[in-house]
Amino acid sequence: MIATITSFVASNIRTTTPLLLAGLGVVFSERAGVVNIGVEGTMLIGAFTGVVASYYSGSALVGGLAAMVSGLIVALIIAFFSITVKANQVIVGTAVNIFAGGFTITLNRLIFGVSTSVTMIDSFREVPFPLLSKLPVVGSSIFTQTIPGYLAFSLVPVAWFVMQKTKTGLKIRAVGENPHACATMGNNVIRIRYLAMAYSGLMVGLAGAFVSMGTLSSFTENMVAGRGFIVLAAVVVGNYTPVGVLLATLLFGASSALQFQLMAGSAVIPYQFWSMLPYIITVVAICIYRKGSNAPAASGRAYSRE
Amino acid sequence: MQARDVRAFALKVFYPILAIIIALVFTGFIIFFMGFSPLEAYAMMVSGSMKNLSAIGETVVSAVPLIFSGLSFAFAYKSGIFNIGVEGQIYIGALFTILVGTLKGIPPVIHMPLTIAAGFVGGALWGLLIGWLKVRFGAKEMITSIMLNYVATIFISYCVSGPMKEQSGSGMSQTEAVAEGIRLPRFVAGTRLHAGVFLALAALFFFWIFIWKSKKGYELRVTGLNPNAAQYAGMNTDRNTLLVMLLAGGIAGLAGCVEILALQGRLMAGFAGNIGFNGITVALLGDCNPVGILLSALLFGALNAGSNKMEMLVGVPSATVSIMQGIIILAVVARVAFERGMFQWKTRGKGAQA
Repeated sequence: MIATITSFVASNIRTTTPLLLAGLGVVFSERAGVVNIGVEGTMLIGAFTGVVASYYSGSALVGGLAAMVSGLIVALIIAFFSITVKANQVIVGTAVNIFAGGFTITLNRLIFGVSTSVTMIDSFREVPFPLLSKLPVVGSSIFTQTIPGYLAFSLVPVAWFVMQKTKTGLKIRAVGENPHACATMGNNVIRIRYLAMAYSGLMVGLAGAFVSMGTLSSFTENMVAGRGFIVLAAVVVGNYTPVGVLLATLLFGASSALQFQLMAGSAVIPYQFWSMLPYIITVVAICIYRKGSNAPAASGRAYSRE
Repeated sequence: MQARDVRAFALKVFYPILAIIIALVFTGFIIFFMGFSPLEAYAMMVSGSMKNLSAIGETVVSAVPLIFSGLSFAFAYKSGIFNIGVEGQIYIGALFTILVGTLKGIPPVIHMPLTIAAGFVGGALWGLLIGWLKVRFGAKEMITSIMLNYVATIFISYCVSGPMKEQSGSGMSQTEAVAEGIRLPRFVAGTRLHAGVFLALAALFFFWIFIWKSKKGYELRVTGLNPNAAQYAGMNTDRNTLLVMLLAGGIAGLAGCVEILALQGRLMAGFAGNIGFNGITVALLGDCNPVGILLSALLFGALNAGSNKMEMLVGVPSATVSIMQGIIILAVVARVAFERGMFQWKTRGKGAQA
């Protein structure tokens, strides 16, 4: 029993990590009023860039950093079209998702070939936390994580503090709520939105790298498999707060973790039904969730000065 | 035509063509950096899509499902709903097609329309589900429709490898074939051109009549432009949302239905490829009007038909077409910037008023 719980908690943390990393980024850009449907594609490019960089450098750390840079670049492209060009943000994101699918498939085939043999690369390794990892039950599940894993969970209080207690957080919330009032106060709405997008790009890129190098160590086509959209759902269900995002991603992560546990333990129900679980739970969560008070009022609308 | 009309028409055609050129140039650079010759790749694409009658036939055959998926997206988009769940609707439409199409002992005269109707109903139900979740729970369709795509594709892969797997033969994960008598007939020797072409044209015509000539269509367009105004004018926007998602889903279902009745004859996992998402590009490039959708579906039909040849002969992966699509969409939406004069050489001071 204890072994089951331990393995479930460990599995849950691993499935939650990429969602939480991306969610902690996206919550800031959403709060700033930019709707970014392109999270999915950005994550995919991050996943691919991470593998390629790790392949050539031999270091997962370099892979993670490269993925963050790729996420930053993609996010800035989305920001340019959404904020500066003022194009429909949902369409911009969709374009990026379609682009990312084609781009990663094309380059993947060119770099790694179409052969089925998997190229081995350096992936994120688990680093046991000194002393704490020796604790029973939780030691091997909670305190034995990869670096991005520790980062994701320890960033939650930091993100909460920045969002609620700092001037930067206040400005970000203000440009999403009422950009005109915010501009009247002498703030640069455009710049704040760009910064929020840049930060979220870094986080989403790292999240992508975790998808390909966290538990696996290779890239497969379209491997992000809807996680980007689950992140968007987590931000809504988490009422646009870092702590809410943590809880929502833990729930969605648990549904993925549960899927693997149940798949292994049940012969009666075909495994495909367990594979549907994360997607169905996301739909259900978004339906039963009562509209929260933190949804930014100027969400999805580009800011113009007149 | 007056001079003003000519100018308006020229602008209407100018932007999409510019978008295509921008995409060709950008993708050309990417192909170049991958170590191939973009000109050679594009030449293969052109010859693969219209070298001879058979190639042209393949272009049209690839365009047919794109017309349906483009229409499905455009239907919802015109009414302010972002239906990126076309893929799931295609699969459920295909599932219903197989369920009815594999029945035995029905005369083809009844069986064929019945099967096509089933394809429509399957997609319509899956679309309606998205609309209902939106109306009843306020769930964003952008998220629910994507999630339901995954549910549908996983469910289909279960069906074709489990309960609906063909009994005899190959051991492949596919269903039984539909009855021979209800396969859509081919009408030009030496090509795969099939009667689905006319169904697609009929769907385009229906879309035009419904959206631009009917009272309901007017309501939907108003809702799309300004939902508050629509509600204020006494329109039942909730019921309209349900109607739109039913129709959009049904048309997407027809894409799956026609693919099966005209080409494969049976259902396999992943058979729809990128048809669902290609529809978004087709609709947006075609400005969500019937003629535009027809033309851009033909363009992407040609790209799909040609890209296979490009991959075989030049070695450039056919997925580059998706790269091109992403850039085309970005170029199309960047039109707003052109219209505001953002990229014009502006003289100092004057630009502030733009």
